[in-house]
Amino acid sequence: MGILDFTAVELAEKIKSKEVSVREAVDAVLEQIDKTEENYNCYVTVDREGAIKKAEEVQKKIDAGEIDGPLAGVPVAIKDNMCTEGLLTTCSSKILGNFIPTFSSEAVLNLEKAGAVIIGKTNMDEFAMGSTTETSAYGVTRNPRNPEHVPGGSSGGSAAAVAANECFYALGSDTGGSIRQPAGYCGVVGMKPTYSTVSRYGLIAYGSSLDQIGPLSKDVRDCATILEVIASHDPKDSTSVKRDDTDFTSALVEDVKGMKIGIPKDYLGEGLDPEVRDAVLKAAEVLKDKGAIIEEFDLGLVEYAIPAYYTIAAAEASSNLERFDGIKYGYRTEEFTDLHNMYKKTRSEGFGPEVKRRIMLGSFVLSSGYYDAYYLKALRVKALIKKAFDDAFAKYDVILGPVAPTTAPKLGESLSDPIKMYLGDIYTISLNLAGLPGICLPCGEDSNGLPIGLQLIGDCFKEKNIIRAAFTYEQSVK
Amino acid sequence: MSKEYETVIGLEVHVELATKTKIFCGCSTAFGAEPNAHTCPVCTGMPGSLPVLNKQVVEYAMAVGIATNCNITQYCKFDRKNYFYPDNPQNYQISQLYLPICRDGYVEIKGENGTKKVGIHEIHMEEDAGKLIHSEWDDCSMVDYNRSGVPLIEIVSEPDMRSADEVIAYLDKLRLIIQYLGASDCKLNEGSMRADVNLSVREVGAKEFGTRTEMKNLNSFKAIARAIENERERQIDLIESGEAVVQETRRWDDNKEYSYAMRSKEDAQDYRYFPEPDLVPIVISDEWIDEVKSRQPELRDEKMARYEADYKIPAYDADIITSSKKMADIFEQTVELGANPKKVSNYLMGETMRLLKENDMDADEISFSPKNLAALIKLIDAGTINSSVAKEVFEKIFSDDIEPEKYVEENGLKMDNDEDGLRKIIEEVVAANPQSVEDYRNGKEKAIGFLVGQTMKATKGKANPGIINKILKELL
Repeated sequence: MGILDFTAVELAEKIKSKEVSVREAVDAVLEQIDKTEENYNCYVTVDREGAIKKAEEVQKKIDAGEIDGPLAGVPVAIKDNMCTEGLLTTCSSKILGNFIPTFSSEAVLNLEKAGAVIIGKTNMDEFAMGSTTETSAYGVTRNPRNPEHVPGGSSGGSAAAVAANECFYALGSDTGGSIRQPAGYCGVVGMKPTYSTVSRYGLIAYGSSLDQIGPLSKDVRDCATILEVIASHDPKDSTSVKRDDTDFTSALVEDVKGMKIGIPKDYLGEGLDPEVRDAVLKAAEVLKDKGAIIEEFDLGLVEYAIPAYYTIAAAEASSNLERFDGIKYGYRTEEFTDLHNMYKKTRSEGFGPEVKRRIMLGSFVLSSGYYDAYYLKALRVKALIKKAFDDAFAKYDVILGPVAPTTAPKLGESLSDPIKMYLGDIYTISLNLAGLPGICLPCGEDSNGLPIGLQLIGDCFKEKNIIRAAFTYEQSVK
Repeated sequence: MSKEYETVIGLEVHVELATKTKIFCGCSTAFGAEPNAHTCPVCTGMPGSLPVLNKQVVEYAMAVGIATNCNITQYCKFDRKNYFYPDNPQNYQISQLYLPICRDGYVEIKGENGTKKVGIHEIHMEEDAGKLIHSEWDDCSMVDYNRSGVPLIEIVSEPDMRSADEVIAYLDKLRLIIQYLGASDCKLNEGSMRADVNLSVREVGAKEFGTRTEMKNLNSFKAIARAIENERERQIDLIESGEAVVQETRRWDDNKEYSYAMRSKEDAQDYRYFPEPDLVPIVISDEWIDEVKSRQPELRDEKMARYEADYKIPAYDADIITSSKKMADIFEQTVELGANPKKVSNYLMGETMRLLKENDMDADEISFSPKNLAALIKLIDAGTINSSVAKEVFEKIFSDDIEPEKYVEENGLKMDNDEDGLRKIIEEVVAANPQSVEDYRNGKEKAIGFLVGQTMKATKGKANPGIINKILKELL
């Protein structure tokens, strides 16, 4: 068993017991990157020198007993939309192709305090807009389980890097499923916590009211451990909540006796690949055997989630992306005649087609005369969706379903039909609209050997329920 | 002009709040620093930065709302106003559109026919933009974000004013209320108070409003008055010649006393306002409102009444002294140091006002300390200096805030009470001016004044005028 076979928590234990040095762990990852990165393109930036330097610093601190956490010394990959001080942060966009932040995002700082070593910045859909990591300005990322297929998105680079052993764990961000869906496609574990649990300070915003940072990992134990480290109340993020229940690893208990699990019938209907459906229902059976009470129910409103989501997310994105104008940082067009010409050319050249599509959509739904008809209506739908989940969680501890209607599509299949791509988000985006936590973990493979993702959804601030259910399932099928 | 027209005016007043730090970050709001010295990732719109609301801004806005009889919106929110311009680092301004913090208030002003209410439609909080500096020399523009994120409130009046005088009275009222609250220094010339004038005209008796224009770039009360007169005439001329007034934003050039169109309603930008998702709604409890109310300082009307009652100074004096918070503060602090209120009042209304006028200064620009005025009055009361020296010393206090005792000592300005010495000088004066002596003896009482003056001149103004008079009368 090589170093790369360890989970993050196992590796930290080996480092603590001095069986493995931090430098050895970093070298193992860098060697793996040398071997496979050419095939997968998980990273926009690999920070070899920084990682090696950091490895030595962290090793010293571990030896001195200054750092003693469950992730101390473990190499991590960070999605390229989280600011890292002094390290290129591009959002996989040409417009930020030269952007080096002056500060690090709070989640990254929390990891660094815990002794993490950043290996590099992972590829993503440009500004997190997309479900395949094909909209990156720095090339597509391929699925390590089958390079003919996409890794999912937008945190496709992070999921692929974990699946390819090019890191021990990664951070992603999830605005409509961007952690959970690529986790499902790549066969790793990914979790979006309750909105407000992880600080958004330093996360380059896509849809501010929906964005949330979360872990991508090899197993559920790692996932809970990482979340415990990155969750914090941050006064710099007004939407950050002070929680005293972030001891998520306490929920790593193999016991679901009496747990009430609901399966929305709406998540099993038309459009769902039968192989995915069977695998998910089989997973439910496993939990039932472990003592959970499983019921199917009508959630409702599922068909309204996609239009509401694309209205709200695009509206916020159209405003959030205004700051990329060529004035202060990032790309600026070579030649221009005046200020407005500079704006237009910079943004036309700097943004890719999917980003432009969403900026236009968002600008339209916010424009005078349409605001009420689109944006306000979408906010009302959002409130109704939250209400539907509130009603469901009055009856159930956990909601179970697929993470996506299919397994990973082939490269190039999705972008030609954006609506179809948007529909692929049907099981994930409601959680962002309602602020709910969700975890995705592997529950088998389809006949092509591609992983199938199981999604467990909890009520707001009830991550522990889904961690417990996910851990129990994972242990049962080991 | 055959018809009679009425001018209808509403105001949008921006006031820069006197907080120490900016509205959404911890950067200083201090004026006059090196460009971009007071900036951070938040107020320069760096990717990943997030705003955090300064509570003091909310409290100042509430205080102004309470003092102007507004309803406080107990669930209020910020919105984004989207527009591209380099002085605006995020290309959106965080402001309030849908749920502004204060609504439906009024202030009372002295109008042509007695007291009049001017309605306040709303007060909202927002952030200021940076400043662009255009360099002709290098053919480029630079931006200074020191002002980016400085907190503002915008006070939007109802179209209740009918003349330039009413507009000035309204602005003066707002200025005093806000200064007394300590929420801003409200200096028009420095831009901490800025007014945009919405103006339309209609025939007297008409029910409908005419088409309005919005006038910008008004940097003084005088400019506002001139712009209102000019715009009223311009609109009436258009109507009289059968043309339509176009709804547009105009810019006033006070040097040329002329305005020109900046943009019409058709070119008006669509700001695509929507609720700011990075800030949570502000929930204002009854208790919080009560707390702000309980901390509300004494406003001008209360102060005037108290001055008359407690300090026994005339209403006329109280009115002038309270017309500036700065002057009222100096008055109270000087009196507190033991000076007689009426004497302090006389100094403020007389010499101070004279010097302000001579130096073309505003009462807010007074910079001398109360302790020096109190010390000066003490020197006069004690007979240490005479009134003409006092005048000179006060001028020094006014300009350089000198300490009067030290100044009098160093310049040898103490009153000369040496009768023998004076007698000698006066004898010389009398001998040198036989005509005046003759006149006095012939009953021209005034002639003695000339002799006193000559004596003063000879003593460099230091002589005790009482003693001069006494000796002169003896000699004559």
